[in-house]
Amino acid sequence: MRRKDMLGLRDVSAEEIVEILDTAARFRSVSERRIKKVPTLRGRTVVTAFFEDSTRTRLSFDLAAKRLSADTLGFSASSSSTKKGETLMDTARNLDAMKPDAIIIRHAHAGAPHMLAQAFPWTVLNAGDGINEHPSQALLDMLTMRDHLGELAGRTVAIVGDVYHSRVARSNIYGLTRMGARVVVAGPGTMCRQDMAHLGVEVRHRVDDVLGDADVVMMLRIQRERLAPGMMASAREYSRFYGLDLDKLRRARPEVLVMHPGPINRGVELSPEVADGDRSVILEQVTNGVAVRMALLYLLLGGEPLPAGADDAAA
Amino acid sequence: MHRPGAEAWLSMSAQDLHRSVTRLASEISERLGDPDGYVLVGIVTGGGHLAQRLADAIAHAEGRRPRVGTLDITLYRDDLYTGLERPTLGETAIPFEISGRTVVLVDDVLFTGRTVRAALDEIMDYGRPARVQLAVLVDRGHRELPIAADYVGREIGTGKRDRVVVHLVEDGSEQDGVRVHRAEGGR
Repeated sequence: MRRKDMLGLRDVSAEEIVEILDTAARFRSVSERRIKKVPTLRGRTVVTAFFEDSTRTRLSFDLAAKRLSADTLGFSASSSSTKKGETLMDTARNLDAMKPDAIIIRHAHAGAPHMLAQAFPWTVLNAGDGINEHPSQALLDMLTMRDHLGELAGRTVAIVGDVYHSRVARSNIYGLTRMGARVVVAGPGTMCRQDMAHLGVEVRHRVDDVLGDADVVMMLRIQRERLAPGMMASAREYSRFYGLDLDKLRRARPEVLVMHPGPINRGVELSPEVADGDRSVILEQVTNGVAVRMALLYLLLGGEPLPAGADDAAA
Repeated sequence: MHRPGAEAWLSMSAQDLHRSVTRLASEISERLGDPDGYVLVGIVTGGGHLAQRLADAIAHAEGRRPRVGTLDITLYRDDLYTGLERPTLGETAIPFEISGRTVVLVDDVLFTGRTVRAALDEIMDYGRPARVQLAVLVDRGHRELPIAADYVGREIGTGKRDRVVVHLVEDGSEQDGVRVHRAEGGR
């Protein structure tokens, strides 16, 4: 893989996705050793800049960088000078002055990582930008699916819920369709618009229409912070029509995988019996997240040419 | 064997290679004794296949096979940032405890010593062996670090820019053997 940044899966080829997933699969063993650390990125500085709240993703990236021996530092919106009125570009210029090697950014505005990637020499990893993309999440989802299903090509993945506001869904749609999987989405009309078909997915509105032939059911979180008033009647009603409980799960294939990017609204998208049930691979997704992020850092942070005459050193 | 002017030549035939493996195996047995008392760890990919060959030869002579693991040193290399394509990750598989045991590292070619340095660092992250020894099929000189092998199949004089390639049928080669490729423009 030869690229400076990972901004989204929209322009990532199937070959690159396979390379990332294969590398991630190898990296899993590092987390199972007694000493869970390799010296690969020693002396490199990785900044996690989270302008939106996150626990899982920030910790996962932080751990991935640390397991590769990079130095990590981070800030989140609540503790940053953004609160004091600093613009994103000013924050970035200040970070730049500290000579980082990579910045992992989450921002409420779609395109914020792309702007930084264009303006600065360091590697930018998009950890979620508005409703646009969240590529590392989709990659860990695909790794989890591949573990259970083997090839992704020809498989059917149902994405249920607020697909429109979901960067997780969008990245998964780009990645899965690139890998040759069939993606079917379902949700209320306000969250699952017919015009999403141009992304290469089939749009349904009733959950029953997507459960029957799905190899994977990915339930999305209801993002109250992004919903305009009137988009959802009530959590109770949403849960009744679009939440996955044991009763609806019975209509799916017995070997179906139930996934969720977290954090779960228990009792809304997923009933506790399904979230903790034997079809749920939600915690495997978390474990794979660290491995996928290690792979991304490893593949992106390298290849800085040394001065001419440097030994190639390989024996 | 060394033919000046040739661009590549066979430095070890299949038969030479087999003899060397047999001799290395018997030297290891002579010094370490009971095959249950030590483990072989091959550095992938060439060293991995060689470690299996050595274990087979030891099993043939001693009636018991030492345990064999593999080590991929990619993540421990000191040349990841030299602008070359990042190497593909291989598999490290050491499915046994190495703390307190004797570990024999196995590699096909000993050159600068940097691979062995990386392998030693990685081994230490897996445990604290009682001691670590090094077995190589070919020692081609040009060390850049204070590292020496305990068991050497054959020493081959090479130019620093020459390439030494160990062919094993396990790699998909047609025949076992060691070839030296002369760098363009001589030594």
